[in-house]
Amino acid sequence: METLEQIKNRAQLAARGARIEIVVNPGPSQQSSLLIDNEYAVAVAKFLRDDPALRLDFCSNATGVDWLDRKIKKTVKVKTVVDGVEKEIDQTTEEAVSGYLEAVYHLYSMTLKHGPLIIRMRTANRTDGARLPSLTPIWRSAELQEREIFDLYGIHFEGHPDLRRILMWDEFVDHPMRKDYREPDDYEWEPTPHDDVLEKAKQHYTPRPQLDGAENIVAGGDSLNG
Amino acid sequence: MSEGIDEGLRRELQRQGVWVTSMQELYNWGRKNSIWPLQFGLACCAIEMIATAASRYDIARFGGEIFRPSPRQADLMIVAGTVTKKMAPQIVRLYNQMPDPKYVISMGACAISGGPFKQGYNVLKGIDRYIPVDVYIPGCPPRPEALLHAFMELQRKIDSQKLSGADKAEFLKPEQPSEFPVPAFGEHDLQPPANPDVYHPPKLERV
Ligand code: SF4
Repeated sequence: METLEQIKNRAQLAARGARIEIVVNPGPSQQSSLLIDNEYAVAVAKFLRDDPALRLDFCSNATGVDWLDRKIKKTVKVKTVVDGVEKEIDQTTEEAVSGYLEAVYHLYSMTLKHGPLIIRMRTANRTDGARLPSLTPIWRSAELQEREIFDLYGIHFEGHPDLRRILMWDEFVDHPMRKDYREPDDYEWEPTPHDDVLEKAKQHYTPRPQLDGAENIVAGGDSLNG
Repeated sequence: MSEGIDEGLRRELQRQGVWVTSMQELYNWGRKNSIWPLQFGLACCAIEMIATAASRYDIARFGGEIFRPSPRQADLMIVAGTVTKKMAPQIVRLYNQMPDPKYVISMGACAISGGPFKQGYNVLKGIDRYIPVDVYIPGCPPRPEALLHAFMELQRKIDSQKLSGADKAEFLKPEQPSEFPVPAFGEHDLQPPANPDVYHPPKLERV
C-alpha cells in the first residue's frame, strides 16, 4: 500500500475540496490515521473503496472515541536574552480543546490483501452537534457497528438505513461509553468494595464517622435471611 | 419417609416382598427423578450446562436429561450465565409461564451476583432480585460436577417437601405467589431495580 501521505494527496485530488489531516500515532504500533472532513467523508470513502490501487473493500471495525474538554500542553524552546547573554529556555503553553466524539474505521482490502488503513471523523461537539455522515452506504459491514456507536456514544449517523439502539433497550436515554456516564446505583450489597466502588457503597452503610478509614465491613446478622 | 409405620417393620416387610410406601414418598420419588429443565443458556456457563447434558457427565443418570424448549413443560430453570438487564424481563416472564411446582438453579457467579460484570451498567446483579432461587452454584464457570451436585441438592429438597400439614411445600400454599412482576425497561435502569418481596440484601455495617 502507498504511504499515508500519498493516499491523502490522491484522495484530496479525487474528492475536490476535501480537507484531510494525518493523525500521527507515536505509539509502538505506529498506526497513524487519516482524519477526513465530514462534508466530503462519503466521497473520500468511495474513493478509498473504488480506487484500483487501494480497493479497500472491507471495513473490519468501526468504533467510537469520546474526547472530553481537555488542555494540551506544548513545550517549545525559545531564545531569549538574559543579562546580555542569549539563552535557550523552555516555554510551556496550554491550549484548551473542547470535547468531541470520534468515529474510527479500520479498512482492509480483500482483493489486494493489504491494510489496515484507519480513517476518523470528528463531531462538532458532544451535544447537539454529535452528527456524522454514515459510511454504511459504502461499507455494508458498518451498519451494525454504527448502530453500536450510536447506542453507546450517541453519535447520529446521517444516511444510516436503520439507526436504532442495538445493545441497550429503546427506552434507555444515556450513552454508557461516554466518559461522563454515571451508572445506576446498585451498590447496596458489595461484599468486597474498594476504590471508587467503596466510595459509592459507603452511602449504603450505617454512617460511623468516628471510624472513617477503618473499612472493615461485615454483614449485619438479622437481615441475612430477610 | 412414610409416617405412621415403624421403620423396622417396613424393612422386614420389604424383605418379604411387600413394599409399603406413602403417597408423599411415591409422589416425590417420581418428581425428583424426572426433573425437566428449561432449555436455554445465557453465556459461558451454558457451555458447562451443555457438557453436563452430554454423554461424559450425563445428567440423564439423575433423570434431568429432558430439556424442554417450552416453559409450559419445564420444572426447573437453570439460569446458566450472565443475565443482562435487557434479558432479565424475559427470564422473569419465562419463570412465570412455568407451571408449579417449579425450581430455579442459579448457576455461576454471574447469575448469583453479576460476577465479573458486577460493576457494569448493563448486567443484572443476581437473578434473585426478581425470582426466588433454590440452589446457588458458585464458580466461573462451575464445573459440570458442580451442576450435578446442585441437581442432587435439588433432588434432596424435593424429596423432603411435605404434601400436607402446616409445613407443607410452598407451592401447595395458595397464598404463596408463583408469578412475579416483570420489571419494565426504565430510562436508566430496570424498574424496579429489584423486587423487594423477593430480594433482601444483607445490611452492611462498618465496624
Ligand atoms: S459466571 Fe463466569 S463462566 Fe459463568 S457466565 Fe459468568 S463469566 Fe461466564
